Formats: sequence, C-alpha cells, structure tokens
Amino acid sequence: MSTLAEWAGGAVEAAIAAGAADAEAYAGEAENREVRVHAGEVESLTAATQRGLGLRVWIGGRVGYGFGTDLSPEGLAAVAARAVEAGGVADEDEFAGVPGGADAAPEPTGLTDPSRAAWSPAEIAELALAVERRALADQGVVAVEQAVYFDSGERVAIASSTGAGGEYETTSCYAYLQALADGEDGRETGLGFGLARGPKDLDPEAIGREGAERATEMIGSTKPASRSCPVVLDPTVAASFVGLIGKAAGADSVQRGRSPLGHLLGEEVAAEAFVLHDDGLDPAGFGTAPIDAEGTPRRRTALIEGGRLRTFLFDSYTARRGATASTGNAGRSGYRAPPGVSASNLVVAAGSASAEELLRDAGDGIYVNDVAGLHSGVNPVTGVFSVGASGRAIRAGEKAEPLREFTIAGDLVSMLRAVRAAGSEPRWVPFGGSVSAPPLLIGEMAVSGS
Amino acid sequence: MSGPEGLLDSAVAERVIARALAHGGEFAEVFAERRSGLTLAIDESRIESVQSGAEEGAGVRVLSGGTTYFAHVDGLDPADLERAAEEAAAALRGSRAEPRPLRAEAPAPLPIERPPGEVPASRKAELLRELDERSRGAGAAIAQASASYAEARREVAVANSTGLFSGDDRTRVRIGAQAVARREGRVETGAETLGAHRGFELFDDDPGAIAEAAADKALTLLDAVPAPTGSMPVVVGGGFGGVLFHEMTGHGLEADHVQKGASVYADKLGEVVARPLLTAYDDGRLPGEWGSDAIDDEGAPTQKTRVIEDGRLVAFLHDRRSAEREGAAQTGNGRRESFRHLPIPRMTNTYIAPGDAEPEAIVGEVEKGFYAVSFAGGQVDPATGDFVFGVNEGYLIEGGKVTRPCRGATLVGNCLQALAAIDAVGNDFWMKTGICGKGGQKVPVGTGQGHVRIAAMTVGGTAT
Repeated sequence: MSTLAEWAGGAVEAAIAAGAADAEAYAGEAENREVRVHAGEVESLTAATQRGLGLRVWIGGRVGYGFGTDLSPEGLAAVAARAVEAGGVADEDEFAGVPGGADAAPEPTGLTDPSRAAWSPAEIAELALAVERRALADQGVVAVEQAVYFDSGERVAIASSTGAGGEYETTSCYAYLQALADGEDGRETGLGFGLARGPKDLDPEAIGREGAERATEMIGSTKPASRSCPVVLDPTVAASFVGLIGKAAGADSVQRGRSPLGHLLGEEVAAEAFVLHDDGLDPAGFGTAPIDAEGTPRRRTALIEGGRLRTFLFDSYTARRGATASTGNAGRSGYRAPPGVSASNLVVAAGSASAEELLRDAGDGIYVNDVAGLHSGVNPVTGVFSVGASGRAIRAGEKAEPLREFTIAGDLVSMLRAVRAAGSEPRWVPFGGSVSAPPLLIGEMAVSGS
Repeated sequence: MSGPEGLLDSAVAERVIARALAHGGEFAEVFAERRSGLTLAIDESRIESVQSGAEEGAGVRVLSGGTTYFAHVDGLDPADLERAAEEAAAALRGSRAEPRPLRAEAPAPLPIERPPGEVPASRKAELLRELDERSRGAGAAIAQASASYAEARREVAVANSTGLFSGDDRTRVRIGAQAVARREGRVETGAETLGAHRGFELFDDDPGAIAEAAADKALTLLDAVPAPTGSMPVVVGGGFGGVLFHEMTGHGLEADHVQKGASVYADKLGEVVARPLLTAYDDGRLPGEWGSDAIDDEGAPTQKTRVIEDGRLVAFLHDRRSAEREGAAQTGNGRRESFRHLPIPRMTNTYIAPGDAEPEAIVGEVEKGFYAVSFAGGQVDPATGDFVFGVNEGYLIEGGKVTRPCRGATLVGNCLQALAAIDAVGNDFWMKTGICGKGGQKVPVGTGQGHVRIAAMTVGGTAT
C-alpha cells in the first residue's frame, strides 16, 4: 500500500474513533512546475510539492467535511475532529449516505507520461521560449505578453469505511501564450495553447503560430451591424458553451430546480447534428481516471443523442435522491473541497464537414473566435446568455474582415436546436472543464454590434 | 501575537534565506502562512456543506538577473522550509548577495472585535436560517433561496534578505444570499453579499437585509423587458458598480501589465485620461474593508494611492519587483492568494472618489438610456482595453426617469473611451466586496463609487 493510501485509511479510522458512523478520505499529492517567459528571458521558474487530505464523515443523516495538510497521526486526528464537529452543525438529510462498495474499476491506460518528470528545468524553459520565438517570428506580432509552460504529476488515493476506494496517478502539461499585435487603430491579442500528458507531445511551433495568427488576423477589426445570422463557433468557443451544458446536466442543479435542462429529460433539446457524451475513460481527456472523486468507476455516458436529452449526470448523493445509480460523475477540485457532481470529459461528436465546408454552408455570417464574460453573461438557471465576442465576418462562404466589440445572445437550448452542422476536426480545450469539441455551425443567432 | 515570530522563527528564517542564496541571487524571501477557515451553506432550508480546514506552508523565492525562482511546500517544519529553499535554488547559478540580519517588525493587524473562531458554529447556522427565512418571506414568487457563510483567518510572516521581517494576522467574514423567483414560466435570480476584514461583529446590524435585497432583485426581474440594444448613455450604480472601474481601469494600472506594454495605460502616466471631475484611489488601509490588510504579501505597509487626480493619471500600482524595475516606490500592492503563489501587483480597495452630482440629477438629465445597478461580473483584456460586463440588475431610463427593469444586458466597450466618457460622478458613495482573479490567483478586493454616468456606451441586449 502506498503512503497516500495509508494516510487515507488512517484518516477513516481516526474519523470512526472520533464518533463518525461512516467516513471517506481523499488524499492527494502533486508535483507541479511552471515556467513563465517574456522577451526571450525566463521570468519565473516554480517548483512545488503539495499534499493534503480531505475527510467526509456521516453521522446519522448529517455530513461534515474537514481538511488539512498535517498528515501525522495527530494531524489526521485533528482533521477527523474538525469533520465530526462540522457534521454536528449540518441538518439531517434523508439522502445522505456513504458511497457503497463499487464494481471493479476499469483501468484506462496512457494517463501518465515519463517525459513530464524526465525533462529538466532547462528543457521546459526552452520549450516555453520556443513558443514565444515562434510567435515573434510572425510579422505583425510586436510582443508576447507571456508564454507559459506548466506540468503536474498527481497521485490520488481514496479510502472509505465501506471498503470502496482506489488509487491512481496522472500527468498533464500545457503551454500557452498571449501574443500582441498592433494595428493602426489599436492593439490585438491572440491566445495559442496546447495540452498533453507530457512535454514531448507539445508542439511549440503550433502553439506559437496559433497565438500569432489569432492576434494578427484581428488587426483592423470593426464592429459589425446588429442582426440575426448564421454563426460558426470556433472549437474553443463551442467548448466553453458545452461546459455550460455539462453543468446544466448535473443532477444537483436539476434536483434543486436550477437547471435549464431540468424539465427536458427525454425531450428534444438539440438538432441531430449535436451529439454529446460524458466520457470519463477517454485516454486523451484530462478528466480521465479509473474512479471518480468518491471511488465510483468512471464510464462513458450518452448525454445528448438523436437530438434528445438521454440522462443527467449523477454522483452517489444525487443518485440516491433520484432513485438511480451514480454515473461516476463525482468530481472535486482537490482535497480542500468535498466532491460534487461534475462532468468528467465532455466530448462533442465530430461531424463530416471540413472547416471550409462549414464556412461555405454558413454563407453570410460571423465566425466567432473568442467569447468573453461567460461567467457573468449566462444565467445558469434559465440558460439565457449575452456574451461579448470577437471574430471574423463570413462573406460568400469565406472568412472576411475581423470583427470585435459585439455580443452574441440567446439561450442554450435554442442554440443547440439551431446547430446545423458539426465540423470534422475536434480539439481538446481546457475551458469549461475538459471538453473535446469541433467547430459548430449555428443556423441563426442574435448578434448585437453597432 | 501580532509579530511574525509566532509563525516563523527568526533564526530558522535566516538559515532558509542563506540557503536560498547558496547558489546565487540578489534577493531571497520566505513567506510562511497558516490558514484556517469554516464555510457552511443553507439550501432547501437545510444547513449543509459544512467544511472546516487548516493548512500551513511556505513559499521561498530567489530573484536573480530578472528571473524569479520559486518553490513552495506544505508544512512549516524547519525541514520543510529548507527543502523549499533548496528547490528554489536548484536551477540557479550566479553571484550571490549577502543577506542582512533580520529586524522584526510588528505592524498592528486590523482590529477584530469578535474572532469568528470563538463564536459557536450553531450561531452561524442560525444566521443562515435567518437569511433563508428573510429571502422566502420577501414574496410569494420566491421559489428557492440559498445562502452561504465563510470565515477565514490567514496568519502570515515574511522575511527577506534585506532584513525585512514582518507579519500580519487577517480575519475575514462574508455571507451571501441567492434567490430564485418563478412566475408563469419565467425564472429570475438575484444575489447579494456582505463581507469585511472584520470579525463576527460585522453581523450586528441586520445581516438578513442582504437576503431581502437578493430576493427583491429576483422579483423585480420577473417584470423585466429585454434589454435595449445600441449605443446610449449609461448610469452605473454605486458600490459594486465600481467593479466597472476596477476592470476597465484598475487592472491596466497594475505595473506588471504596464511594464510589458500590455496595458492601454502604459504610456499615459501624467496624461489626461478622464474629465476633471474624476479622481480615484486604491487604498489598502481602509478600516475593516474587504480588500484591506496591514501589510502586503511582501511585507510592505499598505497605503492609500491616488491613481487618477482630476482626470490625470498619476500613479501605477506596484509590487517590489515592478517598483525596483523602474525606480519607483512600492505601493503595498504585492499580493498573493496563498503561500502557493508568487506575489504580483494587485488592487486592494479601488474606488472613484465622490463627486458633486446629485444621483437624481445624473439620471434626470438622460432622455433615453440605461441604468446598470449591479453586475454579475466582467472581463477585460488589459492589452486592448476591450471589456464586457454582464448586468444582473438594470433598468431603462426614459424621459429622465428610471422605468422598466431589463434582463440580459451586457455592456461592451473600450476602457480608454469609456473612462473619458464619464461625464458625471455622484456625491453618494459606498463600497462592496469582490473576489478578483488574475494570473490564476484570487484575492479579496473592495470596489466602490457613487452613481456615475458614461455619456455613451454599447448596450448589448436581446430586444429586437
């Protein structure tokens, strides 16, 4: 047994000794590195180790949560005391209960890459510098605000008084940059990024080029006229919206009457062209693991298929409350917070249209490169949104002049119903969770400009 | 104990600093922190999500030739700290500075009358039950209510190779209320918060009022019409309305953006950026305010900095590094979310100072416009100055009067133009709390102002 699993087991024992009827511990340990570069120099180099433990306890129908970084026997006893005390404050909840002993977990492979640990600080710094150099090589790029490389090796162990639990290890890394370009009437920025399990699979050339292109293509941008027209969402933008759909499909918001999808189970919520899965086992997804945050096996779940909403996403609590089974969708942001319902990896099925075909199909409309203000511009209960956007005009089926300072507005379900086609080239995007999305052509959308 | 030595022994700190500089570096620092907190929530009239935690750890950084080497560890044992020093220094090769002996200072932390840790948890649950009842009692159309309580204490100590050795003890409490109103298939939400760098005494006078305010917002929106579309005068409300200034101007004044040329204000120091009626401050010393601390997270005393004086840009906000880079004085704005983060220039409490205009007159002079009372949040690209704000409570202004509530409004614009277009600043004034994110770090900030009018701004609504 690993040290991590021993800590988790020790915390469960401490909780029972402190008066809990049941307990579940989540121990996490991570090694992270980050390099930030600017103007050909390394700005900062960070190395970090983190470890801590979170403990959920059940006393009758009451639930409490404690966490801490002191993993000595005394430290674990203190965490247990905190959790039991917290449980004493909570009200009883008839659906509260420790997650049961689970089925055998799948064993997804490819979740770690040895190059993460093997690459030296000098090598990862060179990768970030290469990203910046590539962007600066582009005429029109005046500077790179920063180029960043980050990697993480993470280990998790879960133990429970029911015997449920498990352990796994993942690695991940990403690099991104914000390129700056100057036009006659102002400055433009462009984001480029890449994700992988290890640095050997990041392509600094492609990342730098993307940032540069996104910045320079915006030079000379103007405000479009207000109208209703076909809109193509870039994969990064589609992913952000899909992240919102994933939240709306969480059983917690549904059961509490706070989801725009709440009353639509089995109903038509999207055009046939829009197919969405939650896939906790896709090897390329950063949300992939053998088990979810409370030890339930991860799995693949059809959310929207044939235009209909097939299911909601459940953790053990919402499953008990909804008299169904967990879909393995307990997630957590680390040991500091208890698990809650969240999507693992949201995967939008690719369609058959190439990028060019999507534009041709749109005819006359707008390609949305970027949206801003998603967290403030969307009503999570109704799904009504109005968000800032920038992108390119589409004229006669081709990208034309750059556009900025406009908003796109509508509501999530109407938008899904208006999806006319999905592109053939999906991309993993870390916005809105872990999402793989192709570009999407929306038949009609309200655009507000001048 | 307000000095740093309750958290970090001076002999240990000196050893860690020396070790951090072992392979080179001009400057080294150790930042130690102990944090503890309690959060709970009420939803469906049931107390839940009760969470209690305690963490401690330290971050060590070394500066050498423009590069920052940083490492952080969980735990405050001398061995943990020395491990962090070694990791920070691992990749370093160069000439080294001689660290100076530490001189301990004990700045007075902000006063806390009733430490929340000494208040029974059941009292906090009662507070949430009161919020829940007040929301639900606000109207028959209130379908759901929820509320949350959070208390946090951060004890910090910072020591560096210049001999600085200081500390702070920070306690913050905050409550929030959310309500959902439903009528005939329409669903609207409202939210309100109350927070301070204070103890439980914050809740002495009528904390339940925020629950009624949240419910009233949701109820008002039930009668809302789609927001208008187009360019028009916009009157922004006080308090959290200040988030507009925070986003569109404040971030552009943070010196790290400025020095990289990634701020639209980069070449504007000393220039007129607004009409003479506008003066603004960043003030990390406002008593009890959410964004206040005794020292920043590099040990520099917080201060009141005038950033715009009668329309002229007069100062940027600095941390140690940005100040050193241009020979400016530190302004006490070097903040970090925790020991796991590097300090960067951040706002504290940022506000537009009260002006001369009567709030009624500010609205009364508008024939057709929009009144944005509060925002759901916003986003700005400091390099381009483009910003977008979601309005969660807004009204039409027609014939000099506030008339119908609007839903789904977004304000879109550019910082420089919008700031220059402010043509009235009200003589009313209040502050609100916010959580500001930058570079992956969240810190508490205060925003404030009275009513302010922007002569013309794009409102992106859903009205056709």
